[in-house]
Formats: sequence, structure tokens, C-alpha cells
Amino acid sequence: MTPQNLSPLLCTIPLLPLAGAAINGFFGRRASKKAISTVALVFCGAAFAMALFIAANFSSAAAPYSYEFAHWLRSGAFSVDFSFYLDQLSLVMLLVVTGVGFLIHIYSVGYMWDDDGYYRFMAYLNLFMFFMLTLVLAANYLVMFIGWEGVGLASYLLIGFWFTKDSAAAAGKKAFIVNRIGDFGFLIALFLMIQHFGSLDFTRVFAAVQPMPWEAHAGVLTAIGLLLMVGAAGKSAQIPLYVWLPDAMEGPTPVSALIHAATMVTAGVYMVARSSGIFDRAPMAMLVVAIIGTLTALFAATIGIAQTDIKKVLAYSTISQLGYMFMACGVGAFSAGIFHLMTHAFFKGLLFLAAGSVIHGVGGEQDMRKMGGLRLYMPWTFLTMSVATFAIAGFPPLAGFFSKDEILWKAYSSPSGSWVFWLIGVITAFITSFYMFRLWFMTFFGDYRGAAAHETHDAKHVANPVSHGHGDDHGLPHESPWVMLGPLFVLALLSVVGGWIGIGGRFEHFLAPVFENVGLMQPPAEVAAKGTETLLTLISVAAAVLGLLLAWGLYFKRPLLPAKIAEGLGGLYRAVAGKYYVDEIYSAVFIEPVIEGSTTILWHGIDQGVIDAAVNESAHAAREVSDATRHMQSGNLRSYAGWVAAGGAVVIAYMVWMGIR
Amino acid sequence: MVPLSYYLVLSGILFACGVLGFLIKRNIITIFMSIELMLNGVNLSFVAFAAQWHALSGQVFVFFVMVVAAAEATVGLAIIIAVYRTRETLNVDRVNLLKL
Repeated sequence: MTPQNLSPLLCTIPLLPLAGAAINGFFGRRASKKAISTVALVFCGAAFAMALFIAANFSSAAAPYSYEFAHWLRSGAFSVDFSFYLDQLSLVMLLVVTGVGFLIHIYSVGYMWDDDGYYRFMAYLNLFMFFMLTLVLAANYLVMFIGWEGVGLASYLLIGFWFTKDSAAAAGKKAFIVNRIGDFGFLIALFLMIQHFGSLDFTRVFAAVQPMPWEAHAGVLTAIGLLLMVGAAGKSAQIPLYVWLPDAMEGPTPVSALIHAATMVTAGVYMVARSSGIFDRAPMAMLVVAIIGTLTALFAATIGIAQTDIKKVLAYSTISQLGYMFMACGVGAFSAGIFHLMTHAFFKGLLFLAAGSVIHGVGGEQDMRKMGGLRLYMPWTFLTMSVATFAIAGFPPLAGFFSKDEILWKAYSSPSGSWVFWLIGVITAFITSFYMFRLWFMTFFGDYRGAAAHETHDAKHVANPVSHGHGDDHGLPHESPWVMLGPLFVLALLSVVGGWIGIGGRFEHFLAPVFENVGLMQPPAEVAAKGTETLLTLISVAAAVLGLLLAWGLYFKRPLLPAKIAEGLGGLYRAVAGKYYVDEIYSAVFIEPVIEGSTTILWHGIDQGVIDAAVNESAHAAREVSDATRHMQSGNLRSYAGWVAAGGAVVIAYMVWMGIR
Repeated sequence: MVPLSYYLVLSGILFACGVLGFLIKRNIITIFMSIELMLNGVNLSFVAFAAQWHALSGQVFVFFVMVVAAAEATVGLAIIIAVYRTRETLNVDRVNLLKL
């Protein structure tokens, strides 16, 4: 097959999962679970196979491929089409999304098998794949925006999957509304692009940006960049819009793995990297991206220390890792950001799936304080989780080491980088290592602490219809079925070897055509010494080891110590455990005033006071007038005659008066 | 010659008397006579205008009105007799069977 013929295949990749979603969504209710699984897996797997086929035939020389599927908007000189676009960047995303997505589909078959909404779940997952692939393969910002909104919708549906549980429904709403704020920024950025460049096509926008000067002061590119970052912050859970992601853990665990760790939340990073041409000419926007990313990385990592819910730890860890990616994009190291995005998809997807396996094994319990010693009960989960933990902590030669090291090095050495970013990055790496090993030790080492809680646990299980029902007895934790373990092994393998493609700058070289214009306008970088790079690498590895040792000391060697330290820290510990009260602050500053204002001004004031009142008052007035005039109709014949005579007299008087005048 | 306005004023007075009688009297015969009075008030203004403008159409109208009045009187008196036979009264306020 010649490279040119690859283009028409692009549109089949998103459409395959859409077909799966449609079949399962419309007919799944009556279908058997085997049929549902087959449909979901076949269509998702076909998309993956197609992606692999395209990757195998991908030729960097022929890239980018683009394919116009259909016309959409034609308005004067402005036009937007349903068109797809494939270059090195979208290819990486395509493989990550379809690959990890397919593995998580397989895993979901095991994890969600006993759930009543099985068909619904599978349909939503396929729908998510459709939108995510649309987002990744879009050739212009508007098609990207379709995918962008669509993954938000799928995310909402899946977070609130167990919608009979209040907290899940509320978490879904929260995610949707917070994302809406980000989408608002994204939309305004699109409007600005239409106004200034007259197009939303990636190629045309970047061609228009190309000759524009480097904006030393804030200008239109800075504005677009910052607004795009608002959108990215919403979707990728960065400060100040990260609050929805921890709550999103109310969704089923495969959803947390697929949407809220591996793929959807990285859409913001992808979008920023895709817009590298714009950001590159707006250094202030870049700086803001880097600062937001760095702060988020540190901030979320510190919250992760004090969480006890296994999924919440991972959620804050995800936010923190996304912060790393933005830090990389902010210092101009877009390929490093995408590299971390990819490895993160592997090991964080794995962490969530393994955590799901743990939760499955202990019967729905998510509190790490009620786990412990699980390595004896679920050895395979333990093994894969360990790989992921070492990978995220940055131990060589696992995937996380290469990508994180790349980011830290770029943060230090890039012309727009600074040692401050590097230092905060290393501190974050240390904290990351610490809280991940804390999770690891609390979950898999020591003695099992859940047994005592089991008598009450079963009652809770029955009373709580939304928790996925296991038919089996939960006297002791048990290993998960093979359909769940299989994806764990594949992801574990990828978490080990996934970073190796970055050795020697190969990954960066592969992505180079996408970012070829980046950095041209900036002053040339100082050539940093090779020795410095080695030293920095050693420091970050040392930080990871230190985190491991600290966690080992606190949670394995002397498990009673952490409580005492927490007690000693008092208010500080409570602030961290309470997530710095950000939710409470947002509630007091934004939500309460909005509710209060809506209630008093809009509801009681305008709606009831003006609109309702106008309707009611006009009805009331009509009634008053009728009440007054209805006495004319007395039924007395002579009074009618009197009215006729009076009316006649009035007419005559009028005519006479007009005549006189 | 008597000026036109005199006729018109007299015509108005006659008509007003008719209206007044129609409105305040209860005896159906009197009401009937009041109607005749109104018709004749109008007839007077017709002939006055006809004399004033030397146009015959006004006088012709009067004949028509007289014919209609005669026909109306015939039908009306027949109704009054029929009502009196069943209700044994000439008071219109007591002829109220169709009233709500």
C-alpha cells in the first residue's frame, strides 16, 4: 500500500468504536453479555488494529496525511470541514489511545461483568473511544472541539455511571461544569483565531502564525495561548480547575484508568503540544503554562501524601504528573511532554487497573487502612503494581525514569527553562516516590487489616446496590480473573520497555517534524555540559530512592510513626488531608454566591418578581375589569335598552361635537 | 315659516319621551306606545327635512316607517294578547320564564 492511500483509512478509526457504541447502546439491553463484550471488543480492537496498520505503513516523509471526510461549514472565505489529520504527534496519541483503550476494554469485561448496566458501560466506553479518536485525529480546531466536548460527555456519563449514588451523580456534574469553564476559554480562543487568521485548520493557522514576530509583550497570540491553556487546564485538571478529577474517582475503576488517567485528561497536553506554533511565539503564555504545570505538580503531590483512599492517591498523582507534562510544554520541550504523556498512560493506566484489581479482590473496599498484606493474596496484581510504582517513582530503567528525567533536564536546560522549575520538579519527584511507595507498602505489606471489618462489610455490600456485585465470598482477598490480569501484564511490559524508545533522543527525533518551527525565534540555548545532565539524573534518581526509603521507614518499618507525626503536625496535616480546603474555598467564593445570587436576584427577584408578576398581574387586571363590567349583563331587558340608548346618545353627542368643531 | 330647528327639537323631545317611556314603564302596552312615539319622532324629522330640502325621499321614508309600524303593531298586539292569556299580566318584569 502506498502512503497516499493511508489517508482514507483515517476516518474509519473513529467510526469503528462509534458503530460499536451504537450497536451496544441501541440493542445491548436485550443482548447477552457475551454478545455485548464481543461487539465492544471487536470494534475497539479493529480500531487498534487499524491504528497499528497505519503505524506500520507510516512514512515520515509522506506525513502529514490528511483526509476530508465531508464538508461542514462554508461561509464566505471561512470554511470548516470534517477532516482528519495524521502526523507524528497524532500517530503517537492514536496508538496510545487505541492500545491502552483496547486493553482497558478487555479489563472491563472482567471488572464490570456482574454489573446490571454492563451494556451501557460498554457502549459508553466505545463512545468515549470515538470522541477521543476524533479529538486526536482532527485536522482543525473545530473538529477537535467536537471530540473535546464529546470526551467530556463520555466522562460525565461514566463518572455518574452508578447514578443512583448521590455522590457519583454529583461528581459527574462537577466534572462537567468545571470542564465547561475551561471549554469557555477554548471557545474564545477559537473565535480569536477565526477573527485573526480566518481559519481553524491546523495547517493554515500555523502557516499564518509562522511569519508573526515573537511577542515580547502580550498580544493576540499570547491571548490565544492563555485561553487555550484555560481550556487545557479544565480538561487536564490543572490549577485552578483540577478539583473535578479527584471526585471523578466515583466512576468505575476502568473509567478512572482510561479516561481520568491515560487518555482524556491528557487531551489538554496534546492540544497545547498541537498548538506549539502559537505558544512558541507567545513566551508569556509559555511561562504561564510552565508555572501552572509546576505548581500543579507540587501542589497535587503534597495532597497525595495524606489521602487514604487508594484511588484518590492515584487521582492526585495523575494531576501531579499532568503538571509535569505542562511544565515540559511550558519550557518548550513539547516532545518531552508527549513522551511523558505516553509513558504515563502506560504506568498510570496500569496503576489504576491494578488498584481496581485490589478493590475487586477485597470486595469494594477503597480505604488503604483496611488493606495490607495483599501481596500474599494477589501475587500477580502485586507484581504488576510494583512495576508501575517503580516506574512512576522514576527508577531506571523503567518508563517513568526516562520521560521524567527528560522533562527535568529540559526544565533545567531549555532556554525558557529555569533551575527553579527543575528544583520543584525534583522535590515533586521525591514526594511522588514517597506517596506511591506509601500506597504500595500500605496495600501490599504488613498484615491484612480488612478481616475485622468484614462482618459489617457484607451488609454494606447488600445495602449499596451500586457497588459492583460479586457473587463470590469475601472472607479473604482473592486474585482477579485472567481477563483482568491479562491487560495488567501487557501494561506492565509497556511500563518497563515504554521508555526505551526515548533513549538517545529517538522519540524526540521522531516527533521533530511536528515541532520543527519551535524555538527558532528564541535565543540559542547554551550548550549544557554532558556532565550536568548526568548529575541531574543522579539527583532525580536519588530523590526517588529517598522517597522509597522514607516510605519504607514510615509505613513498613515503624507503621505507628506516621500517626504520631501527623498528630505532631496538627493543623498542617489536617490542611493537607483536607486537600487544602480548596473545595471549601471554591464553594464559599464561587458556588455559594452564585446560588445566593440566583436565588435572591434571579429567582425571587427577576423570575418571580418581574416575569411571573407581569403575567399574573395582567391576568389579575383582566379579571378586575371584567368584574367591573360584567354587571352590564344583568339579564334585565330594559337595562340593555338603557345601554343601547346611552351608547346611541354618546355617538350622537360625539358627532354633534365634531360637527360644531 | 317655522324654522327647521323647531321641528328637530320637537322631534328630539318626542324621541326622548319614547326612550324614557320605554326604559321606565313596566306595562307592556305603554312600552309599545313608547316605541310608536319614537318612530313618530323620527317621522317628524323626516318630513321636516323633506320640506326643507324639497326632496320627496324623506316623505317616502315616512310611509315605509308607517307600514312597518303598522305591521309591528299587529304582530306585537297579537303577542301581547297571547302573553296575557298565559301569564294574566301585562307587567314585563313578570314575563321572565326564559331568564336565567
